[in-house]
Amino acid sequence: MTFAGWLTIFLFAAILTALAMPLGSYMAKVYTGRRVFLSPIFSGPERFLYVILRVDPKREQDWKSYAKSLLIFSLAGWLLLYVILRTQNAFFVPHGLNPLGYHSAPWNVTFNTTSSFLTNTNWQYYGGETTMSYLSQMIGLTVQNWLSGGVGIVVAVALIRGIIGRSGKSLGNFWQDLVRTVLYVLTPISVIGALVLVSQGVIQNFTTYLTAHTVTGLTQSIAMGPVASQEVIKMLNTNGGGFFNVNSAHPFENPTAFTNLFEMLLVLIIPAALVFTYGRMTGNRRQGYAIYSAMMLMFLGAAIVAYIAEAHGSPAQHAAGLHTHVISGSTGGNMEGKEQRFGIAGSALFDVVTTVTSCGAVNSAIESFTGIGGAVPMANLSASEVIFGGVGTGLYSMLLYVLLAVFIGGLMVGRTPEWLGKKLEAREIKLAGLGILITPLAALFCTAMATASHAGRASISELGKGPQGFSETFYAYLSQANNNGSAFAGYTGFIQPNAGNVGSHGVTFADLLGGFDMLFARYAPILFALAVAGALAGKRVTPAGLGTMRTDNPTFVVLLIGVIILVGALTFFPALLLGPVVQGLTGHLY
Amino acid sequence: MSAQMPATHERQAISLFQRDIVKRALIDSFKKLDPRVQIHNPVMFVVEIGSLITTVTWLIQAFGGKPLGGGNEPAWYTFLISVWLWLTVVFANMAEAFAEGRGRAQADTLRAMRKETVARMRDGSTKAAAELTRGDVVVVTPGELIPGDGTVIEGIATVDESAITGESAPVIRESGGDRSAVTGGTRVTSDEIVVEITQEPGQSFLERMIALVEGAERRKTPNEIALNILLAALTLIFMIVVATLRPFGLFSGTSISETTLIALLVALIPTTIGALLSAIGIAGMDRLVRRNVLALSGRAVEASGDIDVLLLDKTGTITIGNRLASEFVPMPGVPESELAEVAQLSSLADETPEGRSIVVLAKQYGIREHDMATLHAEFVPFTAQTRMSGVNIDGQQLRKGAGDAIIELVRGEGGSPPPELQAVLDRIGNEGGTPLAVSRDSQVLGVVYLKDTIKEGMKARFDQLRAMGIKTVMVTGDNRLTAAKIAEESGVDDFLAEATPERKLALIREQQQDGRLVAMTGDGTNDAPALAQADVGVAMNTGTQAAREAGNMVDLDSNPTKLIEIVEVGKQLLITRGALTTFSIANDVAKYFAILPAVFIGTYAASPGGKGPLHVLNIMGLGTPRSAIVSAIIFNAIVIPLLIPLSLRGVRYRPIGASALLRRNLLIYGLGGIIAPFIGIKLIDLIVHNLLGG
Repeated sequence: MTFAGWLTIFLFAAILTALAMPLGSYMAKVYTGRRVFLSPIFSGPERFLYVILRVDPKREQDWKSYAKSLLIFSLAGWLLLYVILRTQNAFFVPHGLNPLGYHSAPWNVTFNTTSSFLTNTNWQYYGGETTMSYLSQMIGLTVQNWLSGGVGIVVAVALIRGIIGRSGKSLGNFWQDLVRTVLYVLTPISVIGALVLVSQGVIQNFTTYLTAHTVTGLTQSIAMGPVASQEVIKMLNTNGGGFFNVNSAHPFENPTAFTNLFEMLLVLIIPAALVFTYGRMTGNRRQGYAIYSAMMLMFLGAAIVAYIAEAHGSPAQHAAGLHTHVISGSTGGNMEGKEQRFGIAGSALFDVVTTVTSCGAVNSAIESFTGIGGAVPMANLSASEVIFGGVGTGLYSMLLYVLLAVFIGGLMVGRTPEWLGKKLEAREIKLAGLGILITPLAALFCTAMATASHAGRASISELGKGPQGFSETFYAYLSQANNNGSAFAGYTGFIQPNAGNVGSHGVTFADLLGGFDMLFARYAPILFALAVAGALAGKRVTPAGLGTMRTDNPTFVVLLIGVIILVGALTFFPALLLGPVVQGLTGHLY
Repeated sequence: MSAQMPATHERQAISLFQRDIVKRALIDSFKKLDPRVQIHNPVMFVVEIGSLITTVTWLIQAFGGKPLGGGNEPAWYTFLISVWLWLTVVFANMAEAFAEGRGRAQADTLRAMRKETVARMRDGSTKAAAELTRGDVVVVTPGELIPGDGTVIEGIATVDESAITGESAPVIRESGGDRSAVTGGTRVTSDEIVVEITQEPGQSFLERMIALVEGAERRKTPNEIALNILLAALTLIFMIVVATLRPFGLFSGTSISETTLIALLVALIPTTIGALLSAIGIAGMDRLVRRNVLALSGRAVEASGDIDVLLLDKTGTITIGNRLASEFVPMPGVPESELAEVAQLSSLADETPEGRSIVVLAKQYGIREHDMATLHAEFVPFTAQTRMSGVNIDGQQLRKGAGDAIIELVRGEGGSPPPELQAVLDRIGNEGGTPLAVSRDSQVLGVVYLKDTIKEGMKARFDQLRAMGIKTVMVTGDNRLTAAKIAEESGVDDFLAEATPERKLALIREQQQDGRLVAMTGDGTNDAPALAQADVGVAMNTGTQAAREAGNMVDLDSNPTKLIEIVEVGKQLLITRGALTTFSIANDVAKYFAILPAVFIGTYAASPGGKGPLHVLNIMGLGTPRSAIVSAIIFNAIVIPLLIPLSLRGVRYRPIGASALLRRNLLIYGLGGIIAPFIGIKLIDLIVHNLLGG
C-alpha cells in the first residue's frame, strides 16, 4: 500500500462529488422543463426530433402508458440491433464499414449480444475486434449504448416524479424524457469526453487492421477502428462493452493513468449526479445527500477492501516466497493480471467503480485478483446495483430499498410509515418487494440451472472445476442479472476458432439462459419501479412534523445500509461461500 | 407521564399466567395447527409445511429408509429438527392464543352481566330483551336492568353503570341534553325513565364490546396487511436462496439433506415477527380496553398512532371546567374584608362550585363561617331572568351576579355604581375571567374574580405532545380574547374560539385537506358530525347515543384527556411491529454463521470425512455440525415465547422525537438483533452438544 494509492482513491471520491453536484442540479432543471444554458443549442433539434418521432411532448403519461412506450421502444431497438448484427457482411453493407469482411456471429450468440446491449449489460461472449464489423460497432452497439442508458435514466426520473407527484397519475412523457436525456445530458458530455480521450491517444479511424513485424520476426495484426466515440459512451452510460476484447486494459481504449481516472469519472458521474437530481426534485437537497452518503460509504468500503487485498497479495503468494511488499520501482502486491500503467490502486479502484455500477468494463483480470479482492466485485454485484449502480438503474433500485427501509424504520417511530409525506401501504410494499426480489431470483435461478445441468457445465473451462468453476458460473449469471457485463473470464458462450467468425458456433444453453437472465432482470424491475411510481403519484402528502421519521439524516443512512446488506446482499451469502470464499481460504496463488 | 394522569379507572389487569388462560391457550395452540388457519400467515404456513416434510422424512428413516434428498444424517437429528419446527408453529399459535385469551377473559366477565331480561313496553305489553328493535319504547323502573341501548326520552334517573365502566358510583341519565344515552345491561337505581331503543337485536353495545375484546371481529389492519406482504416477500427470497443451494452444493461435491435445507429456510425467514404479528395487534386493542377505551376497529387504533392534530375541548380537558373565585376586587372606599364577608354571605346557600369557591376564598380573609339558620337569612336563588343570586338578611339585600344585572339592580334601588366598576369588569373579562359584581342594597361593594382554572401539568403535557409531533388545538365557545388568554396560559398550540359544531367540522376538514390526521373527543349530539369526520373520534360514554355511534372509539371513563393515552397505545403498537421485524431480520446474520459452516464443513476437504476450508467460518465454535443446526432452530423457536410478553405489553414509547426514537430502537432491536442470536445459539449449543455428546 502506498500513499499515492490511497490518494488516488480518496481524490477520486472528492472529484466525483464535486463534479456530480452541479451536474445533478443541471439535470434537475432539464427534467423539470426549465431553461438551461444549452437550451439555445438544443431546443431546435429537440423540436425537430419530436416532429420526426411524431410525439406530442405535452401529452402526460400515466405509469402504464409510460411503460408501454418504453417496451415498444425497446422491442424495436432489439429487432433492429439483431438484424444489424446478423447482416454485417450482407451485400448492401459498404466495404469500408466491414473492411475485413467479417461474417455475422451465430444466432444464439447474437441473441445474447442483442439482449446484452439492449439491457445496458454489455455482457460479451465475443471479442470485439475479431467478431464485429465497424458498422456493427458504430450503428449497432454504440447506438444501443446511448439508448439503453437513456432508458435507465428516464425510468429513474419517472420514479422521482411519482414520489414527489402531488396530484394525478402523470409520470411525464417517455419520449420527451428520452430525447432530452440524449440531447442535453449525454451529447455534451460525450463530445467533450471523446475529445479528451483522443487527446490522450485513444484512436478514432476506419483504417483496416495494421500489420506489424515484431523483433522476433513474426507478424502481428493491430486492430483499428472508431474507438474513442464508442469508448466515451461505453463508460458514461455504464455499458462497459469494450471495442476490444481486453476492454479498458487495451492501450487504444485506455492509454494512460489519466484516462484511467477520467474513464472512472465518466462511469460514476451520471449515477452520482442523479442522486443529487433526486434531492433537487424532491425540493430537499438533504434527501439526495443522505442517499449519496449511503452509496459513497459502501463504495469506499469496497474500494478500501479491494485495495488492501490486492496490495497485500494472497497468503499463498506469501507462502510461495513472492515478494509482494513495496520496493523501489514496484508497488508490490498482486500484480498478476494488472497493467503496469494503472498499478494496484488504479486497477482495484477501476474494478470497484465498474462493478458497483452496471458498467462492467475491466482494466485488469478480475479472475486474477486475490480471493478477497475477487470477492469484492461479487459482493458489489450482490448489492444489486444500488451503490451508485447503472445510469438510472442505480437510483431506481436504490429508491426501492429506500422504500423498504422507510417502511421498517418508519414503524419504529410509532407511525404508519410515510415517505416524503406519502403513506406506504400494501400496494407499494408488494411492488417494491417484488422489484427487489428479481435480481436474486434471476441470478440464483440461472446459476442453479447452469451448475446443475450438463449443458451448463459445458461453458466452464477445463481448468475451472471446483470453486473456480462455480465462481465463473455464478459471476456470469450474477453479472448478467445485474446488467453489469463484467466477467470472471473462463465462462464461454461462443466457440470462435478464427477471427471473422469463420467456423464459429455458440453455446446455445449459455447464450439463451444469459439472454433471458438479462432481459428478465432488466425489464421486470423497470416495470415494478414504474408501477411504484404510479402507485405513489396520486397519494396525499402529510406535512412532516417532529414525529415523522426523517429520511435525510445519518440515522437513516445507517438504516438504509443495514437494509441493503441484510435484505439484499445476504441472500448471496451461501453462493459467495462456495465461490470466492472457499478460494480465498485454499492454496490458490490468486 | 402516567403520574400526572387524572385518575383513570384501570380495569383489573389480567395476568398473563392466569391458570385458565394458560390452559385454554395451550389447547388453542394445537387447535390452530389446522392448515386452514395457518394459510392466513404465509411465514408460519411455510414452517408448518416444512415440519410436515421433516416428520415424513423421520418416519421414513425410523422405518429404515434413507433420508429425503440425500445426506447421511441419523434419524435422531431429523426427529429433533422436526420436533422443534412443530414447536415453532405451536409457539406462534400460543402467542396469538395468549393475546386472545386475555381478551376472552374480559369478554367472559362482560358476558356474565348479560342477563335475559324482559322489557316492559310503554303500552304495557312485554317483550324479550333480545327481540327489541330500533324504535321500541320501554319503561324502566328502579332496580330494573335497562333492556337495550337507547336514549332517555322522558324522566331523569340515576343509573349504575359499573357493569360496563367498572365505576361504582351511579350516574345521572336524563332526557334531552347530552346525558341521555343509556346502555343495555346497566341498572336503574332511582326514578323511572322511558327509553327509546336505538339498537337492532344482537347489536347492543355490550354484545359489540364482547365481540371486540374477544377478537372475533378482528380484521387485518392496512399496515398489518402491508407488513404481511413484506414478510411474504422476504420468505420468497429465502425460499429461492435455499432451493438453489441444493444444486450449488452438488456442484461443490456436497449433498445437503432436505431436513437441513428446511432448517436453514425456517431459520432465515422472519418467523419471529411472523409468529407475533397478530398477537401484537390483539394486544393493542386489549391495552385500550384495560384503559376503559373501546376501539370499534383495529384500523382506528393504528390511526391513533398517526394523529397529527388533537382537538381538545377546553372545558373539562384543559381547564377544570368550573370557574373558581380567585380574587376580591373592592370598589374605592370599601375594605376588602367587607367585600369578602358580603360575598361569602351571599353565597352561603349557593351550592354551585362557583358559590362554594367564594366561601373557600373568603375563609382566607378570616371571615368565620356563618350558618344560614342562625342568621334567619332568606335565600334568593339564581334565575336566568335575574342573573344573580343572594340572600336577604335583616332587611338587607345581599346580591352577587353578572355585572350589568347588578348595575341595573343598584340603579333601580336609587344608587349609582362607582365609575371604576366598568373598568374592573372589562379587565377581568379581557383576561379570560368571569367577573361577579357584589352589592348590598344600593351600593356596589366590589367584584369577585372568577377564574377559569387550568388543570395542573397541562403545559408539560402539551410540551410532550409537541415532542411527539402532535399539534394541539383547544376548542371553546369563549370569545377570541378569552380563548387566546387561556391558550397562552395552558401552552396549547392553537385554539378555535366561538366554536360551533359547524366550525369544528370545518376545522377538521381543513386539517385533513392538508393531509393531517385529526383526533377529537365529543359527547353531545351536535358533536356527532365532527366525531364521524375525525380520523379518531372518541365518544364519551356519558354522551348521547348519536355521539357514541359516530365515533370509532368509546371512552367508558368519559375522560377527555384519555386521547393522549390512546395516541400512545397506537404508537406502541406500531413500534412493536417495527422493532420485532427489525429484530427478526437482523437475526439472520448469526443463523447464517451457525448453519452454513455446518452444512459445508466437508466441502473441498483434503480427505473424505475431514474438515474443509469453510469450517473456519464456525466463528461461534459450535460443537458439531448437527448440534449447530439444531441449536439455531431451537433458538429460532424459543425466541418466540420469550418475546410474547414484550409483544403483549408493547415496546415502550418515549416522546423524544422521531430521530432519537429511531436511533434508540435501531440500536436495541437492530444491533441487539444481530448480537443476541450469536450468544443465544452458542449457549444452546453448549447444552445440546453436551447432552447429545456430538
